[in-house]
Amino acid sequence: MAEMITFYVFGGLAVIASLFMITRRNPVGAAWSLIVVMISLAALFVLLSATFVAAMQVIVYAGAVMVLFLFVVMLLNLPEEELGKPKVTGAKIFGAIVSLGLLVELLVVALVDDLPGKELSKGFGEVAPVAKELFSTYLLPFEVTSILLLAAIVGAVVLTQRERKK
Amino acid sequence: MMVPLSHYLVLSGILFVLGAVGVMARRNAIVIFMCIELMLNAVNLALIAISCNLGDMGGHVFVFMVMTVAAAEAAVGLAIIVSIYRSRGTVNVDEIRLLKW
Repeated sequence: MAEMITFYVFGGLAVIASLFMITRRNPVGAAWSLIVVMISLAALFVLLSATFVAAMQVIVYAGAVMVLFLFVVMLLNLPEEELGKPKVTGAKIFGAIVSLGLLVELLVVALVDDLPGKELSKGFGEVAPVAKELFSTYLLPFEVTSILLLAAIVGAVVLTQRERKK
Repeated sequence: MMVPLSHYLVLSGILFVLGAVGVMARRNAIVIFMCIELMLNAVNLALIAISCNLGDMGGHVFVFMVMTVAAAEAAVGLAIIVSIYRSRGTVNVDEIRLLKW
């Protein structure tokens, strides 16, 4: 019962905060709402006994990525009219229909009969077992990830460099 | 696991669709990026829920990979936005839809 209540509190919080995010005109407000979504999801991860991923969620997403977003929002210092005036266009109506269709489709897929849950092994989702998995079965993808991060760093530095005067 | 798997999947679907709506409805490139992050997070929730249901930690590793890709994407994407803002003075996606200038 307590798990049910926790799920509905944090799930509801996540949905409300994401609604806030896509309706706020101010990008800083949107960023704050996204942080609320991420922390609620971290709580749900703990509920699913994924403690390592929950910690990563708070540190990497709510910490690093959102600081980057807020930094760029404040760096650009967008004037008010850049925040987008709400107006109804044909494209938006089409988008609404497509998203409704997507929602129905996802709900149909999600509302399947529950798979029989398995007993979780001891220490499921804690740092050591996840690391064991990461450094044995998934070692190659893990190493490729580091190349991806290197490419991202180089790309970000090159893109934000000011053009040299000739 | 007391909360049924379908609850988590429905929540994940709702969050994903909200992110997709944001991508389609918003015009500010930074907010569009935030909505993409929301969609990635929704997928993460589905992965973790199914991983818990099956008692397999592969899903956790995939979430780890998704987080890495999201961080890389945010860094490069925001760098692109900053450089576009420098050259065009706007981040409104309605005004920056030409592939070549």
